[in-house]
Amino acid sequence: MQQVFTKAMARNIFLGGAVFFLAIYLALTYDTWQRIPVRDHADKMTSAVLRGKYLLDTNDCIGCHTINGEGAYFAPELANVYKRRGPEFIKAWIKSQPTGVPGRRQMPNFHFTQNQLDDLVAYLQWLSNIDTNNWPPNIQG
Amino acid sequence: MKYQSQKVAKPYFIAALALFFGQIVFGLIAGLQYLHGTFLFPELPFDVAHMSHTNLLIVWLLMAFMGAAYFIVPEEAQTELYSPRLALVTFWVFLTAATLTIVAYLFVPYSHLAAITGNAALPTMGRGYLEQPLPTKIGIVLVALSLLFNVTMTLIKGRKTSINLILVGSLWGLALLFLPAFYFPTDTVKASFGWWWIVHGWVEGDWELILGALLGFILIKMTGVDREIVEKWLYIIVAMTLISGLIGIGHHYYYTGAPSYWIWLGSIFSALEPIPFILLIGFSFKMLMQRRREHPNKAAMLWALGTPVMAFLGAGLWGFMITLAPAQYYMHGTNFTAAHGHLAFFGAYAMISLSIISYAMPLLRGRTANSSAAQRWEMTGFWIMVLSMLGIALALTGAGIVTVILQRAADDPMGFMQVQDKARVFFWVREFAGVGFFIGLLVYLRSFFIAGEYEYASEMKQALAV
Repeated sequence: MQQVFTKAMARNIFLGGAVFFLAIYLALTYDTWQRIPVRDHADKMTSAVLRGKYLLDTNDCIGCHTINGEGAYFAPELANVYKRRGPEFIKAWIKSQPTGVPGRRQMPNFHFTQNQLDDLVAYLQWLSNIDTNNWPPNIQG
Repeated sequence: MKYQSQKVAKPYFIAALALFFGQIVFGLIAGLQYLHGTFLFPELPFDVAHMSHTNLLIVWLLMAFMGAAYFIVPEEAQTELYSPRLALVTFWVFLTAATLTIVAYLFVPYSHLAAITGNAALPTMGRGYLEQPLPTKIGIVLVALSLLFNVTMTLIKGRKTSINLILVGSLWGLALLFLPAFYFPTDTVKASFGWWWIVHGWVEGDWELILGALLGFILIKMTGVDREIVEKWLYIIVAMTLISGLIGIGHHYYYTGAPSYWIWLGSIFSALEPIPFILLIGFSFKMLMQRRREHPNKAAMLWALGTPVMAFLGAGLWGFMITLAPAQYYMHGTNFTAAHGHLAFFGAYAMISLSIISYAMPLLRGRTANSSAAQRWEMTGFWIMVLSMLGIALALTGAGIVTVILQRAADDPMGFMQVQDKARVFFWVREFAGVGFFIGLLVYLRSFFIAGEYEYASEMKQALAV
């Protein structure tokens, strides 16, 4: 049987396919949205955690670092740094930047107060408890 | 050039190329900082060079897409642009806002910039590619609305071709998909999930439609192939883009806190995402083979054929390499992503932009095609940039392999900084390739300053003499 595949048919596949898969995506998004707060322990998002997140965002930390693999690849992964280094090391490290080591990639000093450092660490701790399907493969991130 | 109002495209194209130049300067700086970490520190820290590089990329591509729209929509609709003056005013607003934003990145510490631009009232700063302060983001929306108003009013009063419908429709999509930039949940996992509506929605969805429409337009004009054939191919290509990409977005949801069913859904559907790129290659070469004329703009033809090939390599092949969940488990957040990103962005979107500029600029300057000398410079620039970008992608892939072996898959994994040190040779190759790319860009830009139009008479004589 001779079948002529017309432009109109192609257009209908485009429109139909778009609507169909968009509907599926929206349904999946709705479900995902309900599950996320359980997976990331949203109930543990204290005001310190939120303040820490705001500091990380407004100092453009992902301009060098990654969080769960997303960001820039200039500096280490931060989502598991709380487990890798612990709170005291992290605060001391941030306070002592830049290292000034010749040739080494440099991190600015953001002149955080002690409270801000505590808030940042609270956020990093919260990040380290998200269920990311066992990612990263190891502590190095 | 059939309609006088098409000439508003010219400033958009010129600004696009100037911003492209700026993008590469910052790219070279950032690339050098990978190797000499104290270079320009603390005056220009890496993250500022990086955000200047990425933001300039996005703005120059948007400038090129807008110029393309102002050129194509009137010609396809067979009527003058609704308001050339609005297009020109919008151009200056966009260019000024973009320039001021980059200047702000360079001279104002980011947290201070956030404080003085109202970020606390509606936080939007701090995500990749969305580093812009709130006023800039609002400006982008206004510029987009102006474009949409102008081209939609033009479309309404004129002929509604499939190319125009897809182009204008996807420009609406571009604007709508930018709106989540104003929605920044305090829940990091939700914020990441929504970020991809913009990023995946643009570059693995909406922008592929724009690419298809632009390529279709160029092929119709340059080959003379029947519009019905070109537009049917175009619908198949954009259909496959959305069928694969709407659930294929799941390949960004494996390891960032989303439920684990995305591991299966994202892997299966994103594995199909190379299909439209394979079709684009078939599309352009088939139209070339069935051409009914020998268009004198050989350079534009080279761009139009090179774009699908490079887009397939960067988006299709390199993308496929990192898309399946088990592979991505080791490669997520490494230079594999950077390799894919560079080759895909250049191969698909920079190259389609340079394709439409190559086709339209001579027409905007009053001729069908540039002189053979100018075209030779342009084509040489093409090859140097294409080969350099392949070099960049291969180098970053090498760096990614080092990371996977030493940091991700090893029984006794090494730390990040130590691994980066081991990968230095690849970052050097990347930087050299980047310098090569910059040289290619200079050669390409030089072509615009070689005078003269295509020498029909002497080229014809040469062709007949053989």
